[in-house]
Amino acid sequence: MAKTDVELAVPVRRDPWITRDKVVHLLQTKGLLIAFALFLVAFSLASDRFASVDNISTVLRQVAIVGTIAVGVTIVVIGGNLDLSVGSLLSFSTVLVVDLHDKIGPGPAILIMFAAALAVGCVNGLLVGFARLNSLIVTLGMLSAIQGLTLIYSGGQNVDIADQEGTWFAFFGRDFLLGVAVPTWIFLGLAVILHVVLTRTTFGRKVFAVGGNPTAAAFSGVRRARVVFSTYLISAFCTACAAVILGSRVMGSQNNVGQGYELVVLAGVILGGTSLLGGSGSIPKTVVGVLILGFIQNGLLLLGYPYYAQWLVTWVVIILAVWLDVASKRGRLFTTTS
Amino acid sequence: MRTLAHHTAAELAELAPRAPLLHIDGVTKTFPGVKALDDVSLEVRAGEVHALLGENGAGKSTLMKVLAGNHQADRGQIHLEGEPIRVSGPHEAKHLGIVLIHQELSLAPEMTVAENIFLGSLPRRALGFVDFRKLYADAGRILDRLGCRFAASDKVETLSIANRQMVEIGRALVFTPKIVVFDEPTASLTDAEKVVLFDVIRSLQDENVGIVYISHRMDEIFTLSDRITVLRDGAVRGTLETARTNEDEVTRLMIGRALEPRSHARAREPGPVALEVKGLSCADLFRDVSFSVRAGEVVGMYGLIGAGRTEIAETIFGLRAPDAGEIRRDGEVVSITSPPDAIAHGIALAPESRKEQGLVLGMSCRDNMSLSQLGEVSRVGWLDRSAEQAIYDRYAVRLSLKSPSWRTPVVNLSGGNQQKVVLGKWLGTAPKVLIIDEPTRGIDVGSKAEIHGLIRELAAAGMAVLMISSEMPEVLGVSDRILALYHGRLAAEFDADSVTEDALVQAISGL
Repeated sequence: MAKTDVELAVPVRRDPWITRDKVVHLLQTKGLLIAFALFLVAFSLASDRFASVDNISTVLRQVAIVGTIAVGVTIVVIGGNLDLSVGSLLSFSTVLVVDLHDKIGPGPAILIMFAAALAVGCVNGLLVGFARLNSLIVTLGMLSAIQGLTLIYSGGQNVDIADQEGTWFAFFGRDFLLGVAVPTWIFLGLAVILHVVLTRTTFGRKVFAVGGNPTAAAFSGVRRARVVFSTYLISAFCTACAAVILGSRVMGSQNNVGQGYELVVLAGVILGGTSLLGGSGSIPKTVVGVLILGFIQNGLLLLGYPYYAQWLVTWVVIILAVWLDVASKRGRLFTTTS
Repeated sequence: MRTLAHHTAAELAELAPRAPLLHIDGVTKTFPGVKALDDVSLEVRAGEVHALLGENGAGKSTLMKVLAGNHQADRGQIHLEGEPIRVSGPHEAKHLGIVLIHQELSLAPEMTVAENIFLGSLPRRALGFVDFRKLYADAGRILDRLGCRFAASDKVETLSIANRQMVEIGRALVFTPKIVVFDEPTASLTDAEKVVLFDVIRSLQDENVGIVYISHRMDEIFTLSDRITVLRDGAVRGTLETARTNEDEVTRLMIGRALEPRSHARAREPGPVALEVKGLSCADLFRDVSFSVRAGEVVGMYGLIGAGRTEIAETIFGLRAPDAGEIRRDGEVVSITSPPDAIAHGIALAPESRKEQGLVLGMSCRDNMSLSQLGEVSRVGWLDRSAEQAIYDRYAVRLSLKSPSWRTPVVNLSGGNQQKVVLGKWLGTAPKVLIIDEPTRGIDVGSKAEIHGLIRELAAAGMAVLMISSEMPEVLGVSDRILALYHGRLAAEFDADSVTEDALVQAISGL
């Protein structure tokens, strides 16, 4: 091209501002965000309440519990494992903190609850990290075991807090700071901290290495059992934080309050684009994934669809997102071999 | 079996001028950022062994993937028996008579040989039940033709690597193939097994099958092939008649320059003993192994696969616990129970398998390099990115690593460059003892010479190097001393200058 320019003395022809390659690249790297934006615009047009400040802060508050757990689970997933026990751990921790609140006061209740949740994280971490059992089996088993434990602890009774107005425990679920709900602060605060941990510390690097190739990590002198163990502690810690938010907001708890959370959490992680194979992903991605889920559910509610329609739509969206992601890497929707 | 000699002269004359069996014409294939194939043309005649040579990353694999339909070419045509063909996938390729025999085997180990051979085309009876009698009879015939001595009813997991390769070839024979591509078929075969493989290739040749043979091993290419096509940087650099060329010419085409003669920068006088192993034993893997490596010395460890070489290295590095024996560093007995212990004692291990053990493939070059020394590039757990970058910059230059950037995931590098990342990763820890297991497996000749030179340099700079290898020229060319291993025992120790190949072979065969 340069040759033609000289010979014919025409002005240098610039590459057009938008090229096909650029568009494809943008869709591949930022596809989810673009879809998210389109989706927000569509819902805003369909419902005038959707884009209001009120509604947005409501959604941010609503996703806080799922989001708080999801940022912890993201680290487990990047480390190459799953944590399905978070749902029932949320039930257990919430029941525990609410029940102990009136018996020993909010401070000790929170401390004991965190200790219990971390103990569960320890067991997960020991079994998956040190005993090297399959994380799906271990945490699925843990899911049932803790559900049982919750029922044994509570005797099947729901628990609640008597003095709902006078306790400072209400701060975590019901208060606002600088106009933003405290649950939202907790969710975003944890997200920022864990993002820094994941990207700026040796621990974070080890999580990626262990998730990407556990053997090579071990050959490089990374003590992988410890790393995996720690990821489960983080996940349990985040779940305990979520339990504080939930217990404080409801000021009571059913035995199965966390049921199904493990799937919503995992949905947020996957939708964000963190690979279930381990070794890649990020916390900001999960935050986006969780927000998308939150806005879908909120938008559908505003449009008057029943609660259960959300599930259908949510999973269709997730499968489509995963499919498009795979297809864009492969260059076609289906494989050619069988 | 009809060989070429059985044809009459008239038949031969009729055969000769015909269009080539396979004609790849002007194929171009671009991946984001790379032109993997640039106007590549290649002809394969019936009954010909056509060797395809090139360094890693030269485009051989991409070309074969286009041929087998795993990739679609951007431009260009493929003709089979004069007819233009469009291959949209491996399945279709197979039906057209184009079969690839991969480097990495793709067998189902839990199933029988016969089931593997006919996988995807099992003979069926009414109602869709498998006709096992026919299956085993047909598979048996194929095995006979390949001269295999195992049964069609054996499970694949009980077979040696060489025999598994035979099963893979057997698979190709199900669809009377026209073109068979062998991709590095001898990488894991013993000499005796190679002979069998070569016989099979020659008999395919006699049946007028066109063979494409990809290998790094010059001796094989010169024994087997009729013509050689050399690829470099995605383009054909020449097609030569094997009988009218030599290794030098081929190498020159392949790397674009002449290979420098190997220099033996041997240390005059090795220093004190840096690593000493005494009476090391581990289960039934190896017993009572004792040897020492001195600073400034390269000790080669030579033996067959399964002789316990890798296991000894892994034990020294703390990946396995020995039953008995001691390890001394600089004369002091040390207790090494994990890789971090080994690293702390100045020992590094560049493992046998780059992809499985050496690298986190999805990670960047820089992050892979710093993974072995996270303590050095951080302060109380916080990564110091400039320190990481410094390590990368230093070793990328020192090892002349060819990578687009520090960010590039190592999975996108060629084998030789991947090995350089592994080396950089360990050199950064400034080890006193470097154990390097199969330093050049699956690496092209250019990088191979570089890595050999580097090992000698490191020794000259005072490092103690223990090099495990199954390649005789490598062991002879690079080491100062050679330890021969046989069945988990140290069979003999030689001085590399005076040992003969025969003596080495005898020692590792237990003779």
